[in-house]
Amino acid sequence: MGRYVVKLPDVGEGIAEAELVEWMVEVGDTVQEDDALASVMTDKATVEIPSAAAGIVTWRGGEIGDIIAIGSELVHLDVPGFDDSGPKDASEQGAAEPDSQPSPSPQSPTPPKEPKPARSEAVEPPNQVKLSTTRVLAAPSVRRRALEAGIDLARIAGSGPGGRVVHADIEKADQNRRTEPGQAEERPNEEVRVIGLRRKISERMSLSWSRIPHITIVEEVDVSALERLRGDMNARRKGDGVKLTVLPFLMRALVIAIGEQPALNATFDDEANVVTQWGPIHIGIATQTDTGLTVPVVRHGENRSIRSLATELARVAGAARDGSATREELTGSTITITSLGPLGALATTPIINHPEVAIVGVNRMSVRPFWNGNAFEPRMMMNLSSSFDHRVIDGWIAAVFVQRLKQLLETPALLFAEMEK
Amino acid sequence: MKDLTCRVLVVGGGPGGYVCAIRAGQLGLDTVLVERAALGGTCLNVGCIPSKALIHTAEQFHAATDTASETGLSFGKATVDMGRNVAWRRSIVDRLNRGVAGLLKKAKVRVVTGEARFLDGKTVEVTDGSSSYRINADDVVIATGSDPVSLPDVPFDGPVLSSTEALSLTEVPDRLVVVGGGYIGLELGTAFAKFGAKVTVVEAGDRLLPQYDSALTKPVADRLKSLSVTVHTGTTVVSVSKTGGAVTLQLRTPDGTERTLEAEKALVTIGRRPNAGSAGLSELGLDMAGPAIAIDDRCRTSMRGVYAIGDVTGEPMLAHRAMAQGAMVADLLAGKKRKWDVRAFPAICFTDPEIVQVGQTAEEAKQQGIEVKVSEFPLAANGRAMTRERTDGFVRVVAEKATGVLLGIQAVGTEISELSAAFSIALEMGARAEDVAATIHAHPTQGEGFQEAALGVMGHALHI
Ligand SMILES: Cc1cc2nc3c(=O)[nH]c(=O)nc-3n(C[C@H](O)[C@H](O)[C@H](O)COP(=O)(O)OP(=O)(O)OC[C@H]3O[C@@H](n4cnc5c(N)ncnc54)[C@H](O)[C@@H]3O)c2cc1C
Repeated sequence: MGRYVVKLPDVGEGIAEAELVEWMVEVGDTVQEDDALASVMTDKATVEIPSAAAGIVTWRGGEIGDIIAIGSELVHLDVPGFDDSGPKDASEQGAAEPDSQPSPSPQSPTPPKEPKPARSEAVEPPNQVKLSTTRVLAAPSVRRRALEAGIDLARIAGSGPGGRVVHADIEKADQNRRTEPGQAEERPNEEVRVIGLRRKISERMSLSWSRIPHITIVEEVDVSALERLRGDMNARRKGDGVKLTVLPFLMRALVIAIGEQPALNATFDDEANVVTQWGPIHIGIATQTDTGLTVPVVRHGENRSIRSLATELARVAGAARDGSATREELTGSTITITSLGPLGALATTPIINHPEVAIVGVNRMSVRPFWNGNAFEPRMMMNLSSSFDHRVIDGWIAAVFVQRLKQLLETPALLFAEMEK
Repeated sequence: MKDLTCRVLVVGGGPGGYVCAIRAGQLGLDTVLVERAALGGTCLNVGCIPSKALIHTAEQFHAATDTASETGLSFGKATVDMGRNVAWRRSIVDRLNRGVAGLLKKAKVRVVTGEARFLDGKTVEVTDGSSSYRINADDVVIATGSDPVSLPDVPFDGPVLSSTEALSLTEVPDRLVVVGGGYIGLELGTAFAKFGAKVTVVEAGDRLLPQYDSALTKPVADRLKSLSVTVHTGTTVVSVSKTGGAVTLQLRTPDGTERTLEAEKALVTIGRRPNAGSAGLSELGLDMAGPAIAIDDRCRTSMRGVYAIGDVTGEPMLAHRAMAQGAMVADLLAGKKRKWDVRAFPAICFTDPEIVQVGQTAEEAKQQGIEVKVSEFPLAANGRAMTRERTDGFVRVVAEKATGVLLGIQAVGTEISELSAAFSIALEMGARAEDVAATIHAHPTQGEGFQEAALGVMGHALHI
């Protein structure tokens, strides 16, 4: 029996670390070569790490939610007949020259520095008081109540002298967490760790929201003509052709409008103060999946017909939903569309897909009365809610863009006429 | 072979193990405790309790023979019957043994006597003479304690003693060499010196009690001198030969020369080693922190469901740490939320005078970038100390400069150990110097020294 070390392999170009999102094995499990050991998540793709050998799992290198460096030890296996008599200080060597290949690399029998529980005060010399003594003043009973209630003392403003946290503060903090006093007993509070895709989404949303001053324009579009055309096209659709939604038409409109206003098909590197206007138009489509929001990308919208846009959209969105999308299919958009379909509401305030500068949101379609100068007429109406990075897109530019989209969608023939050019 | 199953299995009945078992039992967990020797472990049988009993009688004997006292008291010739003294100490130990047994019974803990051997992380085998058990548990607590370390190739036998043998000496040796100037060696060495032995302390480090600062240890060194104890620091033992009823030690002094030292007994107190390798423990392959079992802030080892407490988890090897860990683990096993959240860990040397250290030293606080204010009150200015003929020592308070929050307290003085309670409470409650200064401390007590030191932090001590 020898100890065989599986390290976290290189999971994508330029990626230095990945988040552990799932363990497929427990310590003690027997695995075969190529069995999945764990799932890690990088920028946008989730990758399963296969075992490079057959053996028994003796150690796992982290907990769900941990960020793990490429090349660090992921799993230890006891492998029958595997010779682990490496150099005696191999554990140090292993750390010094991370082996990015998941291929056999003999390791010292000494386990690496155990990453499990952090070693505590308990094994430290007696007279160590953590700095927090000076930060959080609280009696032992108060500290224990906080621990039991799952309250982080450091986050509580103590009401006692000099910021001392007293029992009343814990009670207050505990009560504040209960939305409806009295009902809290019936359903226990639950802490849900923000990990994996959710953490990625959270980080990206905060980044966008905190960095980008958004200007949002809501405009109504009369889609009666578009809807008639769409109905016709779907009726004449061949057996295997995808059903057209409104999105490929909007994508086509975007391509045309961007042709006139390339500033909207851009990313803004606000650290370098450089706006890059992209030649190709790669349209991100915000898509709800079981684990959360992802943005698959329809590449080169400028070279595609409406049918091609529809087919490609169906393909990448499907891949995103069933988790088979590649990193390539989930990155690189230059402008984004977000649509909640029938849930699309009257208006929304879309958050820009950082570092892009524009996002177009599609709202619900419905028949609304429209004043044609003489009488109210029932028309099929739909709102577009679009946000722009106001640092680099002036309101006027944004308004021109939205008006152009409106015009193109209200007179769908233009979507095809422009294509002739 | 009898099979037993239980919820919690505690291996080792020292202060760590028995406290854990009692608490687990009180919390309604089906608990088994295995102990191979006597309940109470090192502490109760051959450690804290008998050593303090010895120290107490030694001090009384010494007071009765002290001709330098100006109190006007004089006694007839003082004598000691060491055999009876040992028996008296044994009786205290017996009473406490029975007390522990009674408490375990009351908590419905099943006690199994015998040597436990781990088969795996959930199962031990216990053999006691002819009978043997196999015990299987959901959770296991390792509390196997520590053993004294001997000099290389010089086992404890004949005239070479560990603390355990020293505590059962039925005669006061004429000459006693103490190898190792830590607290155990000094406590016992001082006691035998007070009983009239000619004591020599050999310490490899450059001063006694190296883990305490020199201001704290100076009164102890001074007292040893006045008790005619010879101290050789920076000195190592090269060899030991046992000759008839005596022992000869070859020493190397700091300047490199060698000298011999002869004595009737040599007490070796150079440290204690965690019992982490025997009893099938090494086969469990637990993560280690040096010679000790590595634990986290909940006393969990690297194996799920296996906890370790007390001396087997390394320094500081003190009974109150073992007990606090034991109680915490029992709470955890009963599903309570707990972690090692200790700000004031007291360490005491029952030397003469005694040393207490709780919380941070000024040095440690500064290393963390905290600006501190240090205030010291000498017992020479304390009335109570004068009435007890002992004014050596001081109380020192280390406080955060900006806020006056107490960070640590160190003190040295006769029977100053009793103040550790006040020190620890002040630190755990997060007191500021002002709080202690505004608290009335009864007069005349040495506790007033604490109040004065706190006043000193604020810049206005009254009595100096
Ligand atoms: C002379 C002396 C003086 C001391 N004075 C003090 C003092 O003043 N204050 C203080 O705080 N500390 C003092 N100590 C230290 C204190 O005794 C220890 O820190 C304390 O006893 C540790 O408790 P424990 O439960 O971890 O281990 P122990 O008390 O060592 O108990 C371990 C128990 O486990 C049993 N055991 C071990 N292996 C097995 C096995 N395989 N099967 C069954 N049973 C087993 C042993 O027989 C023992 O009873 C002193 C120690 C000595 C030697």
